[in-house]
Amino acid sequence: MTLHTDVPEERLTDLIGKALANRSFFVGLLIALAVAGAALLSFVWTPYDVARLVISDKQQAPSWAHWFGTDHFGRDILSMIMLGARNSIAVALVAVGIGMGIGVPLGCLAAARGGLLDEALMRLNDLVFAFPALLSAIMITAIFGPGAVNAIIAIGIFNVPVFARVARAGALSIWPREFILAARAAGKGQTAITLEHILPNIATLLMVQGTIQFALGILAEAGLSYIGLGAQPPMPSWGRMLFEAQTRMAVAPWMAIFPGMAIVVTVLGLNLLGDGIADIIDPKARRQR
Amino acid sequence: MTASLLDIRDLSLNIGDHPILKGVDLSIAPGEVMGLVGESGSGKSMTALTVMRLLPFAAQASGNVRFDGIDLIAATEDQMCALRGDDIGMVFQEPMTALNPVKTIGEQVAEGIRVHTGAARAEAEERARKMLDRVGLPAEKFPLSRYPHELSGGQRQRVVIAIACALKPKLLIADEPTTALDVVLQKQILELLKDLVRENRMGLLLISHDLAVVTEMADRITILRHGEVMEEGETARVLSEQVHPYTRQLAQASMHVPKRGVLPSPLWGGSANDRSAAEIVRRGEGGGDIHPSSKTEPSSPPPPRLDHFASQSALADPPHKGEGKDGPLLAVKSVSRLYPGRRLSLFRRDTPVHAVDDVSLSIAPGRSVALVGRSGCGKSTLARMILALDRPTSGEIRFRGETVTGKGEAELKAARRDMQVVFQDPYGSFDPRQKVERLVTEPLHLMEKKPSRAERREMATHALTEVGLSASDLDKYPHEFSGGQRQRLSIARAIITRPKLVVADEPVSALDVSIRAQILDLFADLNGRLGVAYLFITHDLTVARAITDDVLVMHEGRIVERGATKEVLDRPQSQAARALVEAAPDLHRAIARKMQEQG
Repeated sequence: MTLHTDVPEERLTDLIGKALANRSFFVGLLIALAVAGAALLSFVWTPYDVARLVISDKQQAPSWAHWFGTDHFGRDILSMIMLGARNSIAVALVAVGIGMGIGVPLGCLAAARGGLLDEALMRLNDLVFAFPALLSAIMITAIFGPGAVNAIIAIGIFNVPVFARVARAGALSIWPREFILAARAAGKGQTAITLEHILPNIATLLMVQGTIQFALGILAEAGLSYIGLGAQPPMPSWGRMLFEAQTRMAVAPWMAIFPGMAIVVTVLGLNLLGDGIADIIDPKARRQR
Repeated sequence: MTASLLDIRDLSLNIGDHPILKGVDLSIAPGEVMGLVGESGSGKSMTALTVMRLLPFAAQASGNVRFDGIDLIAATEDQMCALRGDDIGMVFQEPMTALNPVKTIGEQVAEGIRVHTGAARAEAEERARKMLDRVGLPAEKFPLSRYPHELSGGQRQRVVIAIACALKPKLLIADEPTTALDVVLQKQILELLKDLVRENRMGLLLISHDLAVVTEMADRITILRHGEVMEEGETARVLSEQVHPYTRQLAQASMHVPKRGVLPSPLWGGSANDRSAAEIVRRGEGGGDIHPSSKTEPSSPPPPRLDHFASQSALADPPHKGEGKDGPLLAVKSVSRLYPGRRLSLFRRDTPVHAVDDVSLSIAPGRSVALVGRSGCGKSTLARMILALDRPTSGEIRFRGETVTGKGEAELKAARRDMQVVFQDPYGSFDPRQKVERLVTEPLHLMEKKPSRAERREMATHALTEVGLSASDLDKYPHEFSGGQRQRLSIARAIITRPKLVVADEPVSALDVSIRAQILDLFADLNGRLGVAYLFITHDLTVARAITDDVLVMHEGRIVERGATKEVLDRPQSQAARALVEAAPDLHRAIARKMQEQG
C-alpha cells in the first residue's frame, strides 16, 4: 500500500475548473490579462497622444478628463502607463525568453551528461550568480549604452543561470525514474529522452519559475529606466516616470503614485499567478496543515 | 476469551462520499496476534489509522472503537497524543522514510520516552540503548549516534520497532512491516516481533497482503475485502477449512502455479494439503541446460523441451529463427562491476565495492531463468549490464553471439530490439504525461524501418490484445489503470518488438496475490506462445518456482549456486541458497504448523 506521488494527468476541463477555483491563480490571471490588455490597446488607442506636450495642462490632479492626472509637460499619465506597460512587458518577456532559451538547454545538458561537464557548467553558473544582477545590468548598459535592447540583454543574461539551475534540478529528479530506464532500454539517446520525457515533466516547474522571473524582469526594467539606462525618451517607461515624479512629490503626488502602483500591481499579479500555478500543479503542498 | 484489549464494533468509514469501511468488527486480546489480510484498497491500513486516529481530514468514522476501556472515536486529541507511542505503538511499511534523516537513532528512540515519561535526557538515552540492544542492534556496532542513512533497510526497520516498543505498549500495530524487505530479513523481523509479543504480553495487529506471513504469525485472522470482513477466526481453522469462497480464492492465488508448456495437468491443488501442485506441472522438465561455465557442479544434459509447439503458432516467431548458431542466446563471461569506494580524503578512496564479481552465465533461447538473491546482492546491477544500461568494469556480455559490451547506441539497436525489460514498479515505469499508444510503441523506435502511424497503432493494438487489454485502452493515460493492468502495459511494451529475451526485475512483487497469479500466467503463456526467454530477477522463491526452468542464486555479487529450479529449491547446497529457501514464507508449511499448534 504505497502512496503515489505522481500528479495524475487531468482532463483539460477539470483542470480549467480547478484553476479558476484557485483564488491566487484567478486574481493573478485577471491582473496579468488587464496589464497585457492595456499594453495591446496602446498600439491602437490611448486616451491622449503622449508625444504631444500641452504645457497649459501641466501637473493637473486626477479628474474625469485625465483619470490619473497629467505630468509636468501636460501629458496624460494613464496613456503613458499604457505605453509603459508595453515596454515593461516586452523587456521582461524577451529577457525570460533569453533566460529559458539558453538556461534550460544548459541545465538539461548538465543533468543528462553529469560528471565534469555538469560541474563546469554549474560553477560557471555560480560565477554569474555571484554578481548582483542589477549592478551588472548597470555595468552592461553603461558599457554598451543605454536603451531597451541593451536592458533586455542585460536582464536576460541574469535569467540564464536561474533557469539552468531549475531545469537541472528538475531533470535530475526525473532521470533516475524507471520510465527513463525503460526508454533507454528502448534505445533512446539522451537528446530524445530529454525532449520526450524530461521536458514535458519539468515544463510546469519552468512555467512557475517563468512567471517569477517575468515579475523580476519588470522590476529590473523599472530600476534600469529609473536611473536612465532603460528605454529612452520619448518612449515612456514606468521607471523613468517615477524618476521624473521624484522632485515633484509634494506638488503632484499622482505623478509618482500611479506608475508606482502599476509596478506593484503587475509584480503582485504575476507572483500570484506563479503561486497559483504551483498550487494547481501540486495540490499536496496546499493541503498540508 | 478474556476481556479484549482492542474492540472494534461496526466500524464504518467514509472519505468524502466513498465508503471505505463497512461495519468492520475486530478484537484483540492481550498477548494475541491478530492478522489482518486483504488486497490493496481493502481498507486494512485505514482500519489501523482509525485506531491511531491518524485519518486524513476528509474521513468520517462511525461505530465503536474501544481500547483498554477508552472510546477512541470520542477521545480528544490530547488523550490520543498520550496513547500514541505509549500504549499503542505503530510500525510502518517503508523503513526508508519512517525515520527522520537528520536525527540520530538514539535521539529518535529516546524522543518518545522523554515525551511520555518526562524522563531526563540521560535516563531516556539509557532506556533507548537497552531497547536497541533488545531489537538486535548492539552498542559496539550501533552506537546511539548513528544516523539512519548509515543503516540498511532491515536495521532501520529494527530501529522503527525499537521506537514503537520502547514504552512497552499494550498494542502494537504493524502495517506491512516486512513488505519492503527481502525474505531473510523478513524472517528475522517477524521473529523479533513474535518475541516482543511474548515478552510483554503485547497485542499485535499484523497487517499484510501476504497470507503466508500472516498464517505463520497470527493466532487469529481477519480477512478484509472492499471494507467488509469476509471471515474471522482461528488461523488454522480459517485456512484449513477455507469455508468462505474469498478465503479460498486468496489461498489459491497465493499458491498459484501457472500452466506452462503442454502439460494437461490440473493447475493447482484445490485443498491445502496438496503440496505437489508445483511438482505436477513440472514433472516433465528435469535438468537445466543453463550452460555451467566454470567452477560449478555439472548438470545433466538438457532433456528436450516439451513446449516448442509454440513455433507452430501463427503469432510466434520460431524461437530459433535468426540466431543461426545453436549457441546460447545470452552469454555473460566473467563480468564484474566495481563501484569506486567512498572518498576518504582529497586523494584517498576506500577500496572499491564489487557490486558484481566475476559472474558467468548463459541462457538458451526460449528458456526461463530465475536470478534470486537477497536485496543488495547485485541482481539488478547485473541485469542493467545485460541490458547494456550500465557498463561492466571487466568481462564480456554476448547476445546472440555478438558482443554488446562497450558498443555505442547505434550499434546496439539490433540487440536492443531483441532484448526488452519489465520493471518492478508499475507506477514508476511509465511517463505520467504520455498516452498508452506512445508508451507502448516506444521500443518501435528501434526498428530499421520506421513504421507509419497506422502501423504503429496496429502493432500497439496487437500487443495490447496479447496481454489481455483492448484497443480502447490506447488513448488512456497510465494513471487510469490499476497496478495489474499497468504491469500488463509494461509487458506489452516489452513484447512489441518481438524480443528474444525479456529481463523482468521483480515484476510481480508490487502486486496483490490474485493479480500476481494472473501476471504470472501471462508470463508463462507468452513464454509458450512467443518462445521468449526470460531472466526473472526476484527474491521471491514462489515466483521462481512457478515459472522458471533454471535458477541462479546470487550472493554478495557472485553466483553461488545454479541448476534446475526444482533441484536447487528443494535441495539447496550453498549457504546463501539454504538461507533463502528456509526464510521463504510458504503457505502450506505455515498452515500445517498452525494446525499442529492450534490442534
